[in-house]
Amino acid sequence: MSLAFEALSLTLRGRKILNGISGQFQPGKVTVILGANGAGKSSLLSCLVGLREPQGGSVTLGDRRLLSLENRERGRLIGLLPQRPDIHWNVDVKTIVGLGRLPHAGRWGMSAADHEAVERAMIATDCTDLADRQAMRLSGGEQGRVLLARVLAGEPQWLLADEPLASLDPAHQFDVLDRLKNYATDGNGVIVVLHDLTQAARIADDIMVLKDGAILAAGSREEVMTAEVMGQAYGVEVQITTSNTGEPLVVPVRRL
Amino acid sequence: MKAVRLNGLLAIALVAAMLLSLAAGKVWVAPSTWWSDDLSGLIIMELRIPRTILGAAIGAGLGMAGAAMQGYLRNPLADPGVFGVSSSAALGAVTSLYFGFAMTAWLLPVFALIGAGIGMGLLALLAGRSGSLILFTLAGVIIASLAGSLTSLMISLAPTPFATTEIVTWLMGALTDRSWDDVKLAVPLIGIGMAFLMATGRSLDALTLGEDAARSMGVNVVRLQWLAVIGVGLTVGASVAAAGIIGFVGLIVPHLVRPFADHRPSAVMLPSALAGALLIVVADSIVRLLPSVSELRLGIAMALLGAPFFMALLFKMHRELS
Repeated sequence: MSLAFEALSLTLRGRKILNGISGQFQPGKVTVILGANGAGKSSLLSCLVGLREPQGGSVTLGDRRLLSLENRERGRLIGLLPQRPDIHWNVDVKTIVGLGRLPHAGRWGMSAADHEAVERAMIATDCTDLADRQAMRLSGGEQGRVLLARVLAGEPQWLLADEPLASLDPAHQFDVLDRLKNYATDGNGVIVVLHDLTQAARIADDIMVLKDGAILAAGSREEVMTAEVMGQAYGVEVQITTSNTGEPLVVPVRRL
Repeated sequence: MKAVRLNGLLAIALVAAMLLSLAAGKVWVAPSTWWSDDLSGLIIMELRIPRTILGAAIGAGLGMAGAAMQGYLRNPLADPGVFGVSSSAALGAVTSLYFGFAMTAWLLPVFALIGAGIGMGLLALLAGRSGSLILFTLAGVIIASLAGSLTSLMISLAPTPFATTEIVTWLMGALTDRSWDDVKLAVPLIGIGMAFLMATGRSLDALTLGEDAARSMGVNVVRLQWLAVIGVGLTVGASVAAAGIIGFVGLIVPHLVRPFADHRPSAVMLPSALAGALLIVVADSIVRLLPSVSELRLGIAMALLGAPFFMALLFKMHRELS
């Protein structure tokens, strides 16, 4: 099922955030959303998850309007990894990951299938050793893994992540991105908002670039990840090269 | 398993405390005479049993309301008393006393319920959605002080000294001389309120991950807010209507049970209700046994117990933050 948005417009406190934009995402691919601060990335993401109701236009999942779906069904189909790690009570990691099953769970708690999904998610994110630790007391990198496991446990067809790399060191950045990539390879849709251009170039199949609430460019990584587009999007000069071992390097060198 | 054991233990302790509390009081009534037709039987049937049931119901309602508010606001300091819901209910009740409506038995509770509903609604409106601890605390302080000053206004403008005394004593909160009428009025309302609060459990768990994550998992925050407002309004309103302000139960109890109930908001609710009931029944029995000329008001006793607990809690948070 593809996830699409049509003529989406959003105004918050009198400021136009999204300007009647349209686009489409394909399952099985990682789409990275890029853009300067305030370009509308997070707002677009929250419309795609159904957290915000746009003033105009609509989001559709397959042939159904997102906002016509019942809350819990929407929760089963689309998972969100929010920007900031937010854990409130002193609960253990197992419980946190288990919360990801809430959209599936029946009235009387978790079924065997729920427990298996939690188990799989914890294995996929290497959280099994943390199972009984207090989630609040973990390091930033560990919390990132646990919260990703929470989303994976819900087995959503679409996984949307808002700047999942914030506050992660390079090694953990690779870990999180590789897990997202694997999730897409399994046939699910993955949409990620990123600020790190090199990481974006490394992981993206498709890239969508926003500027001032409009879509500046959208397409495959090769088409979009160019010095020209990045220059327009961020107002900086970027150099695009490859490392000795062949990985793309996208480095901002000066302000334009 | 852990939850079943905890709830089981609390339930057994509660039943035991309720039975013991029947014997306790100015007059010691031995169990052998509980069912007799003389004075002892009358004391048990008409005074002690309703008082114990009412105390348990109020404790359960306040304990669960506190647990639900703490979960909803993701704030361990939330409590219907601290944040003005109880004082709003009291203002409603005092309004009915002021106008002499208390003659009709059901008007005072209705006013108290409306007061509690308005207080909780204002709180949710002012700060509930933002989840901001500072905004919420300020909103609670303002509501509590506004309700408090309006209550004082009512007292100072009271038409007769008799009305003044009635309001002041009533405000202090007690279970003294409550009858089956109070039980019939308050217990069903508290029960319905608790049912509303129980329905919030799953959504409160989801809020552990913040509002965006909760909503993305299908939590309807508007529905949740209404469940919380109605549930807290009913339990606190009915409790205040039946016994005046008994503070701090909702604050203390969830903290005491949380470490034994794996901290998940929904897992804290039922143990909080049981432990709240236990706390009130025990405290009310002790108050009755204290050798004083007039009985120490339960509301005052709970405040004397609760305020230092609150301070200890703040000290602990202070240490953890620094």
